[in-house]
Amino acid sequence: MIRVERRTHVPRWLVWTSPVAGILLALLVGSALLALAGIDPLAAYAAIVRAGFLGGAYALSDTAVKATPLLLCGLACALAFRANLWNVGAEGQLLLGAWAATGVASFWLPGDTPRLPMLLAMGGAAALAGAAWSAVPGVLRARWRVNEIISSLMLVYVAARWNNYWIYGPWSDRGFQLTPRFPKTAWLPRLSDWASEVPAFAGLTVHAGLLVGLAAAVAVWVLLSRTGWGFGVRLLGANERAARYAGVPIRWRIVSVMALSGGLAGLAGACEVSGVVHRLQENFSPGYGFTAILVAWLARLNPWAVIGVALLLGGLLVGGREVQPAGIPLMLQGVVLFSLIFCEAAIRYRIVRSTPPDPGLVGGGDAR
Amino acid sequence: MNEITDASATTPAAAAVALRGIVRRFPGIVALGGVDFDLAWGEIHALLGENGAGKSTLMKVLAGMLQPHEGSLRVGGEVVRLRSPRAAIARGVGMVHQHFMLVPSLSVTENVVLGLSRPRWLLDLERAAGRIEELGRQVGLTVDPGARVADLSVGEQQRVEILKVLYRGARILLLDEPTAVLAPGEVEDLFDSLRRMAREGRAVVLITHKLDEVMAIADRCTVLHRGRCTALARPTGGTTAAEVARWMMGGADGEAPASAVDGVTPAPPQPPPAAHRGEAHPVPALEVEDLRAAREDGTPGLRGITLRVAPGEVLGVAGVSGNGQSELADAIAGLRPRSGGVIRFEGRPVDGLGVAERLGLGLAYVPEDRGGVGSAGSLSLVDNVALRGYRHPPVRRGPWLRWGAARRQAETCLRDHDVVHAHAAQRADQLSGGNLQKLILGRELGCNPRILVAAQPTRGLDLTATAAVDRSIRDERARGTAVLLISEDLDELERLADRVVVLYRGRVAGEVPGGTLDREQLGRWMTGAGDGGAP
Repeated sequence: MIRVERRTHVPRWLVWTSPVAGILLALLVGSALLALAGIDPLAAYAAIVRAGFLGGAYALSDTAVKATPLLLCGLACALAFRANLWNVGAEGQLLLGAWAATGVASFWLPGDTPRLPMLLAMGGAAALAGAAWSAVPGVLRARWRVNEIISSLMLVYVAARWNNYWIYGPWSDRGFQLTPRFPKTAWLPRLSDWASEVPAFAGLTVHAGLLVGLAAAVAVWVLLSRTGWGFGVRLLGANERAARYAGVPIRWRIVSVMALSGGLAGLAGACEVSGVVHRLQENFSPGYGFTAILVAWLARLNPWAVIGVALLLGGLLVGGREVQPAGIPLMLQGVVLFSLIFCEAAIRYRIVRSTPPDPGLVGGGDAR
Repeated sequence: MNEITDASATTPAAAAVALRGIVRRFPGIVALGGVDFDLAWGEIHALLGENGAGKSTLMKVLAGMLQPHEGSLRVGGEVVRLRSPRAAIARGVGMVHQHFMLVPSLSVTENVVLGLSRPRWLLDLERAAGRIEELGRQVGLTVDPGARVADLSVGEQQRVEILKVLYRGARILLLDEPTAVLAPGEVEDLFDSLRRMAREGRAVVLITHKLDEVMAIADRCTVLHRGRCTALARPTGGTTAAEVARWMMGGADGEAPASAVDGVTPAPPQPPPAAHRGEAHPVPALEVEDLRAAREDGTPGLRGITLRVAPGEVLGVAGVSGNGQSELADAIAGLRPRSGGVIRFEGRPVDGLGVAERLGLGLAYVPEDRGGVGSAGSLSLVDNVALRGYRHPPVRRGPWLRWGAARRQAETCLRDHDVVHAHAAQRADQLSGGNLQKLILGRELGCNPRILVAAQPTRGLDLTATAAVDRSIRDERARGTAVLLISEDLDELERLADRVVVLYRGRVAGEVPGGTLDREQLGRWMTGAGDGGAP
């Protein structure tokens, strides 16, 4: 007889098995779906891997470009999730960060501002804008216990409309639905900028935003595991009542975690407009802020792991571009998400084999 | 094995219940390692043991909630397999849980018939109510079948739980610590009706920690220790409480049991040192004046409480739970806003101060809810020891946490307070209740407090852990700490308190000096009898 029973304790090795199993399961389900659509799944996967990871320096550079906003937004989500705050609005915070960076670059600072102050001002404004945007659900949650999942998600759509207003209206470039191109000083340096000195760098679009993301990963790790503030965040995430008992100022901590999380996502927006698009336009983000939820979760909220997962999913996005028009990356992302949720639940159970009891003697079988 | 063989033991065939060689394992532990258990018709049988001894597991096996891995069950002489509580009740075995499973918004009758598969179509509540009343009269559990459960007292709710089981035809009743929630007078009423049920030929199993109850009511008692049966005793046949207590702790092994036994039989009351009396001391360490605070639901929880605790004094706070004890403790700790009155630490009003500041002023707080408030189960023992002191050196330096210092602090705390653990990095929710409590107490006392508020510090703990908690509180008292000891356990208050106040409906109903307590008077205060009562 085979039964499923709940584990009393989830062993450490299994904790990391879940995301891996989730991805494997996703590939399996994904290939079934691909086959149904008349596509050879193996060929499709091979194309994705080639384009995303094995295609040499270009492929890796493209992957890193896609991974940068995923990394920053993934850290934003991981930080908030650690406090048991479900900021699912990183996308909106990213959009608002991009808006603020655009304002600084094209409208608020003179075009001849030197590069370093320009970039710092863009980053600062973007972080502030993202922080302000996510502080709204933070305050609502801290003060009136409004569910932050809903409010942060709703604000994504407000942010998108807000950007559109500026893109279509006051900031429109001669009536087109985009803003004028940034002055060169507002561009994040790319590897290809040094192509004249190092020929191998030609065409490599990876930009300094990746370094910002890596630095942010270190900062989030230090913050969470080495500071009193971070200890309070972890307490808040583990048990809010215990955190209160420990003297953590709950409301302030909620607002500050949300703000910091939004600031990271806002920074992602700045890196994207400054390092990739060089202007603000509609739909410049293919939903990085939403994919970031998956990134944070796959990384089990561990800042170091967020780096690896962001690169992995970045590669998937790049590779998926190669196998259009199937919309495969989005489909795979969805399947990964569902597989992950399934595996997450599944590791809490185990399968038990028990021999049927002989009458009189009672064997096996927990009805728990 | 201290088996007292019982000449009159019934043969298995005629017995109500006969369990043989029951083995039940959980991941990593053997909860029951081959337990025999006999229950005769018409007897009240106490099941004793420390926490984790396997009492609840054994009863859950008998109630069909857990399946044993080995062993056999006979109910009424017949070999049975009880695959669910429903199968158990069909055999006449019903369990009354410690935590009630009632729907507050429904009436007593509705609660009793809830979940019955019969009648299938038409529910005649009138008839059911009649039967409930009749059943209640039979066994002496009177309760109005039409009353809403939400309006009933805890004692009455317990009667509903018992009636629920009887209504389903139970002839074998398993009661899991039924007296834990009752005031002393209510305990007597419950015992009366249990005796009545036994006289009518039913069989009753009583799980309990409290030896005096066993001595008062049980015909026989079985003592479990670490998943094994250590003794079968007959309180009416000359077994003494001290003997039973020793068996509970697995026989005589050194100092720990002796002191724990000393803790069970009310210790000779310590005379409260005159210099320590609250009234005499110039500046009380803890002073609460006309304190008012609301409950979670906004209704008044504290309606003007005035207390004084001098340095080196233990003030006991007695009362049935829900009469303001937790609001009082939380308000002092800074976890609950007050709506009126003053709290002073060593003469200094602390009303504007938060939890952390009060902690800094020397307040230690052992909350009632160890897992829900006192610790963070998913974090490590190191984290949990650092939980309250992480704002101060040596753990904190500037904004940074020094984990080396935190680990050393945790190791010292765990060692000094005998917290049984695998390693300091393990999760706190893997500790047993007693060890978790020792960790919490160790952490709180590690800050060298001048005021200690301890809420139900020994609830649910086994004798050894209880003795350790007692010792810590006595040590604090000797060190000059003012202790506010909130407890529902009168034995504990008798052992430790210099004075005892009784809370009833958010007010102090009365005060008595420590030592041997006048339980009848306390019981009257606790139930609001004889003082005009509150609204």
